[in-house]
Amino acid sequence: MTQSKILIKGARIVDPSQGINRIDNLFIKGKKIEKIGGSGGKDYEVIDAGGCIVTPGLIDVHTHLREPGGEDSETILSGSAAAVAGGFTTIMCMPNTNPPIDNAEVVKFVLDKASKAHCKVYPVAAITKKIEGKELTEMGEIIKSGAVGFSDDGKPVVSGEILRNALEYSQMFGVPIITHTEDPALAHDGVMHEGDISTELGLVGIPDISETAMLARDLIIAEYTGGRLHVCHLSAAYSPILIKNARMRGVQVTCEVTPHHLTLTDEIVKELDYDSNTKVNPPVRSAKDRIALQKALVNDIIDCIATDHAPHPPQEKDKEYNYAPFGMVGLETAVGLVFSELIHKKKLTLDAMVKAMSVNPARIFNLPGGTLKPGSLADVTIIDPNREWVVEARNFRSKSSNSPFLRRSLKGKTVMTIVEGSIKYSDT
Amino acid sequence: MSLKSKNLLGIEQLSKGEIFEILNAATSFRKILDRPIKKVPTLRGITVANLFFEDSTRTRTSFELAEKRLSAETVNFSASTSSLKKGESLRDTVENIEAMQVDIVVMRHSAPGAPNFLARRIKSAVINAGDGCHEHPTQALLDVYTMREYFPTFEGLRVVIVGDIKHSRVAGSDIRALKKLGASVAVCGPRTLLPIGIEKLGAEVYSDLNKAIKGANVLYLLRLQLERQHGGYIPSLREYTQLYGIDVDKLKLLSDDYIVMHPGPMNRGVEITQEVADHERAVILEQVTNGVAVRMAILYLSASLIRDLEK
Repeated sequence: MTQSKILIKGARIVDPSQGINRIDNLFIKGKKIEKIGGSGGKDYEVIDAGGCIVTPGLIDVHTHLREPGGEDSETILSGSAAAVAGGFTTIMCMPNTNPPIDNAEVVKFVLDKASKAHCKVYPVAAITKKIEGKELTEMGEIIKSGAVGFSDDGKPVVSGEILRNALEYSQMFGVPIITHTEDPALAHDGVMHEGDISTELGLVGIPDISETAMLARDLIIAEYTGGRLHVCHLSAAYSPILIKNARMRGVQVTCEVTPHHLTLTDEIVKELDYDSNTKVNPPVRSAKDRIALQKALVNDIIDCIATDHAPHPPQEKDKEYNYAPFGMVGLETAVGLVFSELIHKKKLTLDAMVKAMSVNPARIFNLPGGTLKPGSLADVTIIDPNREWVVEARNFRSKSSNSPFLRRSLKGKTVMTIVEGSIKYSDT
Repeated sequence: MSLKSKNLLGIEQLSKGEIFEILNAATSFRKILDRPIKKVPTLRGITVANLFFEDSTRTRTSFELAEKRLSAETVNFSASTSSLKKGESLRDTVENIEAMQVDIVVMRHSAPGAPNFLARRIKSAVINAGDGCHEHPTQALLDVYTMREYFPTFEGLRVVIVGDIKHSRVAGSDIRALKKLGASVAVCGPRTLLPIGIEKLGAEVYSDLNKAIKGANVLYLLRLQLERQHGGYIPSLREYTQLYGIDVDKLKLLSDDYIVMHPGPMNRGVEITQEVADHERAVILEQVTNGVAVRMAILYLSASLIRDLEK
């Protein structure tokens, strides 16, 4: 079999891992990046990418692929199709499946499905058996089977003792403990951000202290144990302050923010008249929170943009606000939102975006990718920053379409996704 | 003039003019209620479904009476008499109602926004009979109707609502209605039962009862839901009564022309003493009678947007 040869011509190559941000040609040979710039290109498949941006393949460290157990909302295959359509070459999937990814057998099942997927899929395994918060999973065997981290995401680790043990035990394997920081008593039965809008709509609020109080505890335990902590989906303005403070004290902590927390506020629940597609945990909060999260991303306090892609089938979501489940899909809207709301509005640079969506995720979870260095695997995303498009449910490759962004016009779209030298998505 | 929407989802949607239109229509229906034969043919041929997903005695009875006195056909669904359970199958219920070609749906539901959910999906008119802690528009309309019988104008009127504001749809709707009509509104209750941002609806906020009710024209007491005690919001009913219970001594702080209101059902001895509940200035039973007239007015105005009614 002949090796595929691709020449991506005339695009702006943005690769902060090498300090590159210039218009040049990118050569791919077989599964690897051959070179940037220079001559050649005879018998290469030429992709004219003038006006586009080429980045190391995007990496999403937080998705829910629902398989096993929730195949009516998503499968590893359909989720990976959504991923490549969104520009992601690598995704991590959370363990709150049914059964949960809490032992080596389920890790192997996921990796077996992943081997046939459109992009690279790495499982995150549960911190505790059955995600019950009581007993640690067999972390040694699980890591050996191919998981890249541990999380009880969807639920906090309520017991401080269990979190302490997890942060100590996981150090033997060099992977982070990923926490969903939420004090369930403070979150109460809330369904949206607690503030003026929740009062106006009569919906029970989730106060920001439900996140920050738990985050403060997690950071203190991480400091005490010397463990590695990665914090999911920050939503509150005070959270980056806590993270920054912990880092100054030497805590090994990284964190992420979602595109929806960067672009929406609680006003959306009113604007969309109780549409349960706006129901997400943690909830989108006030304008002050949104601005603080954007600034924390720019200031390198927040490391990653992660989607928290959480598909639900229509019969689950088409309910009264109180009874619909939390979560929104995000893989296919992330790039469009980041460009429309942040890049084009000059709130975020291209370099910062690529760091948050590729370089940092690869570094934090020790994944291949995050660079276009010659010799590295050719995971490449091509984005047309000026492509205008409308988010439509029928165009989603995800099996679900629970998005608050439906019918929204966006500017900026993934036009090609290349995974290890092979074109997995094209919309040129 | 008619209402802009056939639905009544909340006071939020109404203009001042629309509120007065409802009150004026209610005045003519109120007269019918004093006649020996309390029935008119106005809604003949109109079908109304009463969907009560949450227990309610007085609101449901009030709506049923209003419907019957207007000669509408009525059907009742309630969570206790059918297989409907909270939240399980609102969508399916909705489709069934649609298939049965009901003209107006009156709904009580524990989930805020449930009437909005319903209204988006059916052609029938939707009237909110209370949705969680959000709105209870017909209660607010009967409340302002009752106030209007005692006070010539809402301008300068001072209304103080006392009790569990956080969990009260009545407070939410009353504040909205009174602010639209030009009254001044204060809310008062323990700090744990005052929701964040309530002042954005236009209410002054107090925790000191004596300060709050000083010089008020209308003292509006809310039922203290007994289960709130177990939610940790208040330490005991005894302490609540000590701090916020209204007895005849407290009435002395009010304006000379005061009235006392309560949406019912009352906890005598908790938020209100027996003496105040039965006081000559307490208009609580008048609220109930007016409620039927106001609901007749709403049903009439809504139905008139669906089809031409015989006058």
